[in-house]
Amino acid sequence: MPAIVSVQNLRKAYAGGFEALKSVNLDIEDGEILALLGPNGAGKTTLISTICGITVPTSGRITVGGHDTQTDFRAARKLIGLVPQEINLEPFETVFSTVSFSRGLFGKPRDDAKVEEILKQLSLHDKKDNKIMMLSGGMKRRVLIAKALAHEPQVLFLDEPTAGVDVELRKDMWDVVAGLKASGVTIILTTHYIEEAEAIADRIGVISKGEILLVQDKADLMAQMGRKQIQIELAQAVDDIPDALKSYALERADDGLSLIYSYDTTGERTGITTLLNDLQKTGLQMKDLQTRQSSLEDIFVDLVKETA
Amino acid sequence: MNFNAVWTIYIFEMRRFFRTMTQSIVSPVLSTSLYFVVFGTAIGSRIQEVEGTSYGAFIVPGLIMLTVMTQATSNASFGIYFPKFIGTIYELLSAPVSFLEIVAGYVGAAATKAMFIGVIILITSFFFVDITIAHPLAMVAFLTLTCISFALLGFIIGIWAGNFEQLQLIPLLVITPLVFLGGSFYSISMLPPIWQSITLFNPVVYLISGFRWSFFGTADVSIGLSLFAIALFTGACLAFIWWIFKTGWRIRQ
Repeated sequence: MPAIVSVQNLRKAYAGGFEALKSVNLDIEDGEILALLGPNGAGKTTLISTICGITVPTSGRITVGGHDTQTDFRAARKLIGLVPQEINLEPFETVFSTVSFSRGLFGKPRDDAKVEEILKQLSLHDKKDNKIMMLSGGMKRRVLIAKALAHEPQVLFLDEPTAGVDVELRKDMWDVVAGLKASGVTIILTTHYIEEAEAIADRIGVISKGEILLVQDKADLMAQMGRKQIQIELAQAVDDIPDALKSYALERADDGLSLIYSYDTTGERTGITTLLNDLQKTGLQMKDLQTRQSSLEDIFVDLVKETA
Repeated sequence: MNFNAVWTIYIFEMRRFFRTMTQSIVSPVLSTSLYFVVFGTAIGSRIQEVEGTSYGAFIVPGLIMLTVMTQATSNASFGIYFPKFIGTIYELLSAPVSFLEIVAGYVGAAATKAMFIGVIILITSFFFVDITIAHPLAMVAFLTLTCISFALLGFIIGIWAGNFEQLQLIPLLVITPLVFLGGSFYSISMLPPIWQSITLFNPVVYLISGFRWSFFGTADVSIGLSLFAIALFTGACLAFIWWIFKTGWRIRQ
């Protein structure tokens, strides 16, 4: 698939010398949902702000739909919609007028029917004449999305769309994102909720300390790095791992009441059968057995730890 | 040129003005009436005539200028400061608009509001004094240029201001004294010679003088000089705004 957003050697250093982005390279494919995961202060918002034109890059090049964001900023920005992290809205305006304002600002002629259609898509239509200050937090976030969609962009940036949003609304937001993808919009969202990336993204990018650590297909990433663990609970605690089991690289847990065996799910042989046979030979009594699949969260924590 | 964006900003700002229509009109009408009562009637009864014009009529151009300059400045500064304050400026910065388009929208709206109030004061003054306008076209031109140039200044203040106190600071500490000392309520020729020279450093003198000439055909300084001063002031503001957007001063990191 062609890249609709291409970031090349992007660097952003602030006046104080802090380097928020260190030579970032990133291609975003047309029509995908890319989740950018990273801890607080990793550079997620700076990356988005720089692509959208709010922050000026120190060096590097960004193109959107083939248009350079510096030299051909009008064409590039027309393709982009941005939903910021903070709820920044004019409190005294109505929902309809603020969304209509966004459309005009991006150069589109006034089209009330189109604005109404967007409001319906986001279940905001019955609130269209309400003042922003009368809305709940979740509704305000929807208004921000409606504003970003008002000029019918091809690429939508969602900066932490579900930060501070309750579980129900978060799921609701995921449905909205899925609907947008279905309508052909490319979506880039930043989040530090791993489950969010796991639930909705096609590809996952991990960013930490201003560097992109990896960008990979979500399923591949899970398969490649996904490990499974067996936790063997013992009837009696062991002080040390018996010699017969030393070759399995077991970990002692719960003060010797559990043994943990990690294995690769994609490997030809998992080694589980021989482990259990050898365990029986040692005479240790097994109380219970649990398996656990490593989540994206574990992968993420491992990755960020490695670079720390 | 993104005309849709300019028009959108303009209309959005004008709507804010019409939402607070009563305040927008009542307060200038009331303060102007007070000026007429205090200056025109109480003091004017002792001064009688200035340069062949009754004192009540003489202060009309100055009164209009006083209000128009403050209104243009405060409207424009608030117009751009408010999005900065509540954070909606992100949208302006990420939109496909150039600095000229943003300025045209905000400054255009602020200048229109100031002009609107200027006209209301002029109408109000007809109830208090007899005035005829000698050069109506020049009057409109001076009024328009003053509204635009002071709205540009207000735009700069709005970008510069880091809080609401700073937003009030320049209009209060600089513009009001300059306007009061710029011959709003008197002719420069009424001052002692030394003060006449000092006053010439006040840019507002040229604007009020030119505006008053369009009413009565008499001026403190030549009309050419007045036009030059206002053009210089507008050019300086525009250059400064161009620099702001070029460097992202106080708006873009």
